[in-house]
Amino acid sequence: MDIFLQQLINGLVQGSVYALVALGYTMVYGILGLINFAHGEVVMVGAMVALTALQALLAAAFAPVLAVLFSLMLAVAACMALGYGIERIAYRPLRNAPRLAPLITAIGVSIVLQNLAMMIWGREYHAFPLPFNNGLHEMGGAIITDVQIVIVLVALVMMAGLMGVVHRTRMGRAMRAVAENPSAAALMGVDINRVISATFMLGSALAAVAGLMVSANYGIVHYYMGFMLGLKAFTAAVLGGIGNLRGAMLGGVLLGLIESLGAGYIGDLSGGFLGSHYQDVFAFFVLIAVLVLRPSGLLGERVAERA
Amino acid sequence: MTQIPLLEVEHLKVNYGGIHALKGIDLHIAPGELVALIGSNGAGKSTTLKALAGLQHCSAGKLHYEGHSLHHMPAHQRVSAGLALVPEGRGIFARLTVAENLHMGAYTRNDDEIEADLERMYTLFPRLAERCAQLAGTLSGGEQQMVAMARALMSRPKLLMLDEPSMGLAPMMVAKIFETIRDISAQGVSILLVEQNAKLALEAAQRGYVLESGAITLSGAAGELLGSDAVQRAYLGA
Ligand SMILES: Nc1ncnc2c1ncn2[C@@H]1O[C@H](COP(=O)(O)OP(=O)(O)O)[C@@H](O)[C@H]1O
Ligand SMILES: [Mg+2]
Repeated sequence: MDIFLQQLINGLVQGSVYALVALGYTMVYGILGLINFAHGEVVMVGAMVALTALQALLAAAFAPVLAVLFSLMLAVAACMALGYGIERIAYRPLRNAPRLAPLITAIGVSIVLQNLAMMIWGREYHAFPLPFNNGLHEMGGAIITDVQIVIVLVALVMMAGLMGVVHRTRMGRAMRAVAENPSAAALMGVDINRVISATFMLGSALAAVAGLMVSANYGIVHYYMGFMLGLKAFTAAVLGGIGNLRGAMLGGVLLGLIESLGAGYIGDLSGGFLGSHYQDVFAFFVLIAVLVLRPSGLLGERVAERA
Repeated sequence: MTQIPLLEVEHLKVNYGGIHALKGIDLHIAPGELVALIGSNGAGKSTTLKALAGLQHCSAGKLHYEGHSLHHMPAHQRVSAGLALVPEGRGIFARLTVAENLHMGAYTRNDDEIEADLERMYTLFPRLAERCAQLAGTLSGGEQQMVAMARALMSRPKLLMLDEPSMGLAPMMVAKIFETIRDISAQGVSILLVEQNAKLALEAAQRGYVLESGAITLSGAAGELLGSDAVQRAYLGA
């Protein structure tokens, strides 16, 4: 029974990260009908920038908490600039092109970013320095770390903050208006390009936070880490109903739980034939199942493609 | 015309690929005037309004608004200049509430009279006050037309352009919408009214233009147009 609770905790933590990244996919899809496959790489860049900043700040003998906060801020700023740049350079010129063009470009951007990161940070795995002792807490036989608690709490705050921005601010209202009817939004005086840029930047800021979270949780950073994470977060967005913010959050947490519980029990279920390293299989099993059974996702309404 | 026009359009041409939707039209609107643009389906009425609002690229011609050229002004800047379009099919934001739709209309404003204007809209359309917290997509067609018009008025336009506001509405609702158009006009807002329902439009307007296959074939005082044989034959089935 205690492995169940432990897997539940692990799933919730991983799910929080998926949720933050999935929001970036779903926001961009909602407003442009585009799947920004480079979004996973933005997470990776966030992690790398945070790593470099943290190393430098700690070497300069900054107080640990300040060092982490500054690294986070730097990562967020870098990712927002990156998100802005990706849209501006890679997607905006293709705004009216056939749907396949920006999709291929997205994959191209993703490869470019991976290779750039490899050139800057190398091929090796970097240990992510935790400047403080990561305390362990026991809960009914299961263990949760300080970092994991912080991850879940920060994710909750970020998601609440995002919902606040989208539903309570003028920019959020404009985002929803552009997502629904861009030309009508232009008739209201909305500069669509600015709203699209803001959407990319907001999603990228969440990605930066997620990048720091996974790095701190696993203690490892690698130029390739964005690929699988991005794919899983995309799966989470599809599971929840792509284009739907609540769906992305629900899908993220659910996917984290499915994966973690699946990995915990796959050995028993397969009579020891498959081990927990088959964990990734679950995400894609979920993706296929959703696409076959309910393409609009759990909370999605529209099945129809947006042009 | 003795007055300086608010809007002056000269030789406006619009092409959709190889289709010449507007073949060089001229029209003008004086401050406070209610002008009708009538014509059958496919004549180019919506294209004209889209070109004026900046949603459609013009291949030739001049657009002068308050003495300035609109040529290089993107759609979103024309709103703050005082141009508002209620598009064909209304273009309401179905997933936003009625109140949010109206706030979107005031998007370019940052004065402190927005709330007061909101109240004015609810007085003008009491039906919307009752439904202000409802998603606009749940409203009836007539109510959605009210949302679209109120939303456009929230930008405090000098020139309000309406694309077939009566389309698909029950007669009672059409009467209500036209009554409101007259009210808005009486408050001094210039209006360019596009309608397929020529009789209704010309009865409300002071002047009118008849558009046929991308060219203006008739223009003049609304009463004269209404009485002219050509209009009677083509649009009023007489
Ligand atoms: N987006 C478009 N692409 C190609 N042709 C169009 C487009 N919009 C309108 N047209 C054509 O331009 C002409 C004028 O259309 P429109 O302005 O919508 O007419 P109206 O509003 O008077 O019914 C029609 O022949 C129509 O088929
Ligand atoms: Mg039309």
